[in-house]
Amino acid sequence: MPYLTDDPIDSDALVRSVLRNSDGAYVLFEGVVRNHHEGKRVESIFYDCYRPMAEKEIGAIVREVESQFPDVALAVLHRLGQLVVGDASIAIVASSPHRAESFSACRMTIDRIKETVPIWKKERGPDGEEWVGWQGKC
Amino acid sequence: MRTMKVRLLFFAVLRDIAGTGARELALADGATARDVWQWMRESYAPLADYAQPPLIAVNEAYAAPETVLRDGDEVAFIPPVAGG
Repeated sequence: MPYLTDDPIDSDALVRSVLRNSDGAYVLFEGVVRNHHEGKRVESIFYDCYRPMAEKEIGAIVREVESQFPDVALAVLHRLGQLVVGDASIAIVASSPHRAESFSACRMTIDRIKETVPIWKKERGPDGEEWVGWQGKC
Repeated sequence: MRTMKVRLLFFAVLRDIAGTGARELALADGATARDVWQWMRESYAPLADYAQPPLIAVNEAYAAPETVLRDGDEVAFIPPVAGG
C-alpha cells in the first residue's frame, strides 16, 4: 500500500488495515492543518513531495520502527496537495498486543518522518505565502 | 572533454525559483553533486548567496555533496523538509 495520497485520509480504513485479532490496543495519530504558525495566520497548506524517494524513506522508517518494536504493526498515510485548516495531513496507526509499544512506536514514527522524508509545505494566509523552513538558510 | 547528462529535479522553493520541476543538465565527466549546486547558484540569482548546498539526493537516496555523478543520474536538492 502506498504511503502517499492525494485524497482525504480515511483513518478508520487505515486502522482496519493493520489491526489484528491479537492486538489489544492501537494508537492513531493525526497531524492536522492549524490556523497559525509563528504568529501568522494560516488558511491553507500546499504539500509538495519527491514522491518515489518519500515512499522509500517512509518505508525505511516503518521497517526501522517495526524492527525496534517487533510486536507492533504500523500504517502510515501522508496526504499531499492543497489542504485547509482542520484537514489531516498525516495519519499513523500503531497496533500491538499491549498499549505501551503502540504509544512508543507511533511517537517514534512521526518524529522520524519529520526529520528525513522529502515533503515540503507552503503555508498560505492573508499575509502571503511561504515555504516553511526556507528563511535565509538551506 | 567527455560530457554526460543528468536529470535535475526541483521541489518546493527550488521549483518556484527554477520555474520548472525538472531539466536536463550537461556536465563534464567526473562532476560532483556539489558542482551541480554551483551551477544552480550561478544560474538562479536567489541562490547566489547559498555557498553550501542543502541536502542532496542522487537516484532517490540521500548522497554526499562529493558524490561523483554518472550519465543518466537523477539529482535533487532537498530544502529543509516539513512533512507531517
